[in-house]
Amino acid sequence: MADRKNASPVTFGFGRRDFLRGAAALPLLAGLPKMASAEDTVELLVWAWTPDTAVQAEMFMKKFPNIKVKIENQGGGKPHYDKLRNAIQAGSGLPDVAQMEFNSIPSFRALQALADMGPYGANDVKDKFIDWTWAAGSDGDAVYSIPWDSGPMGSIYRDDIYSANGLTPAKTWDEFAESAMKLAKDKPGTYLTNFVGASDAGWLGSQLWQIGARPFHVNGEEIHIEVNSQKAKDLLNYWQKLVDAKAVDTTPGWTTEWFAGMDEGKYATWIAAAWSPIVMQQSMKKSFGLWRAAPMPMWEAGKNVTSNWGGSTFSSFTTSQHLKEATQFAVFMGSDLEAAKLWNTKQFLFPVLKDLAADAELMGHPFDFYGNQPVNQIFAESLSEVDPTFEFAPFQDYADQILTDALAKAIGGAGKMADALDGVQDAVVTYAKDQGFTVV
Amino acid sequence: MTEREIRARPRNRVIVNKTVAPYLFLAPFMLLFIAFLIVPLIYAFDISLYKKAMVGGVKFVGTDNYVKAFADPKFWEGVGVLFKFAFLQIPVMIGTALVFALILDSGVVWAKAFFRVSFFIPYAVPAVIATLIWSYLYGPAYGPIGQTARFLGFEAPDFVSAKWILGSIANIAQWEYMGYNMIIYFAALQAIPTDLEEASVVDGASAFAFATRIKLPMIVPTIIVTVVFSIIGSLQLFTEPFLIQNMARSIINSNYTPNYYAYTLTFVGQQPNYAAAISFLLGGVIAVVSYAFMLLANRRIDR
Repeated sequence: MADRKNASPVTFGFGRRDFLRGAAALPLLAGLPKMASAEDTVELLVWAWTPDTAVQAEMFMKKFPNIKVKIENQGGGKPHYDKLRNAIQAGSGLPDVAQMEFNSIPSFRALQALADMGPYGANDVKDKFIDWTWAAGSDGDAVYSIPWDSGPMGSIYRDDIYSANGLTPAKTWDEFAESAMKLAKDKPGTYLTNFVGASDAGWLGSQLWQIGARPFHVNGEEIHIEVNSQKAKDLLNYWQKLVDAKAVDTTPGWTTEWFAGMDEGKYATWIAAAWSPIVMQQSMKKSFGLWRAAPMPMWEAGKNVTSNWGGSTFSSFTTSQHLKEATQFAVFMGSDLEAAKLWNTKQFLFPVLKDLAADAELMGHPFDFYGNQPVNQIFAESLSEVDPTFEFAPFQDYADQILTDALAKAIGGAGKMADALDGVQDAVVTYAKDQGFTVV
Repeated sequence: MTEREIRARPRNRVIVNKTVAPYLFLAPFMLLFIAFLIVPLIYAFDISLYKKAMVGGVKFVGTDNYVKAFADPKFWEGVGVLFKFAFLQIPVMIGTALVFALILDSGVVWAKAFFRVSFFIPYAVPAVIATLIWSYLYGPAYGPIGQTARFLGFEAPDFVSAKWILGSIANIAQWEYMGYNMIIYFAALQAIPTDLEEASVVDGASAFAFATRIKLPMIVPTIIVTVVFSIIGSLQLFTEPFLIQNMARSIINSNYTPNYYAYTLTFVGQQPNYAAAISFLLGGVIAVVSYAFMLLANRRIDR
């Protein structure tokens, strides 16, 4: 927000700004509108898929009347990134700001498409963010993306099915396996969960993250690849056992069948991220209010290590003519406390701000989707237990595609999933070399 | 042109040389054809000669991409799937389209126009929508077909299993394109002179004999053209498997058909150069197969 100096150097001296920032972030932002109006109107094009992003954009425009924000939804996830890559390839048509998930940042940085927002004042808000979320999008003083929401993992389960069958949320993965076996035996046709690891690489990534597998480590043009580590195989062998025993189902994730299965009570648990109810409440009308959250199962009792799945940031592109305004927008979306509170309570976006994770009122907020359970506490705890050392590849999407092709084939009856990892390792190494990386 | 002809012509008309005129009439088509087909083809061919890497940038590689594509098992696996698909789908589609066209043409049905339009409507539905509709119907646990079957006391086949998936995709294509082919046959049948029918009636031929012995042979050239179109269409299969993939992830991988493979390479793998080479190679395969079919068909007809 360095530009504020330029906007109105007379009324807002350096000292006062610093004082305000120290005192409280909120009044600082509330004081902004008067300063910006002197400038010409700038139009920012933003690509974001989260529902109702426009509400927060309105809040932003009230505070920055000289900036007009136009939100376009290009579809969540893959279609969004495909369009971005297309525009990068074409050299035109990129928005000024785009929503960008944590796992996609490295691949867009590798394309040298992301703008450094550091010179435009992004670093001013650095300390407000939970450390690993900030680190994921920056490189020293260079800031390529500003965190927006995170995806700490938890166990989202059906209270009605659990109590009817005498189950309690599993504390460890061993307990989880026992419960899965028990439920499949007691109530055929109902499963403790549906294993989506062979169809949803993002989810599988969160599981690899938790168990301690580290498939990629990037250091400039050097990359270390270990997709088929022992930990990764342990994870897949764990699930393979449950799949083979028919204790969990294997319907591909994100299909109508799968959503209906959760809504109809065929699946009792989804180990998922804090943001999951955004998608669940859109398609699960019958089970609304019957869901509860608990901490995700642990691999070692008493040693709490969780992981993150998804969560987004806002990035700007080197092609943008309005990097200053783009930075202002990204900073506002990421760090404005009112906006962040609103989308946590209305949109299930889990905060990335230290102040909010410590906000007792927000942590006690009851959610109707969860039968008025104040689930924020659970996810806040999970967020504090995330091991921040996990890295994504600069070609994560491609690696995910290869991995899913192989695991899906295995789960379809062609061998064991853990064995399929060796082939994936070879394919990914070949690809990385082909793309000019030095594989170490 | 003689002097008199020129004088006779009204003054306000623009005079165009006869050798130039056809090109003027062709111009609107040619402009679009060049802008949207020839230019992109040249562009694609150009990029297929380069290689862009994340580290190292762009370099000229000549025919390397083609050599690699020719030896790429993922490409040929896709071609194999499409051959299976084409052998399964084209005969059924052409056969049913012919039967329906003959029935409509025979004049034994009422509300001919209604049936003609009803069969044709699916063709007007975009392939994306058609696939979404069908993938909803195919849902094993919660799809209407599965639920109806269970209600009636039996189990419907799993349409998205390894055993059925190709048939399920073929069924979508059948639904989409049968009516289109039927309309073409119907138009060809309508063009058969009525005196042939009168003559066959006089000779005592049944309606069935007339249809199979006279009508069908007369529209063979039309049938050949539609088969060639269908072969080309089948080998370019993309939309249906692309959209149905998430239901059948273990069978439809990201190189299930060559076009799907090219898509994955470009948009997921950041290898548009290699994808361009794959596309040209597919174009080559299509040309060879179509030509082979034409050759075969023509030889049959000549005999």
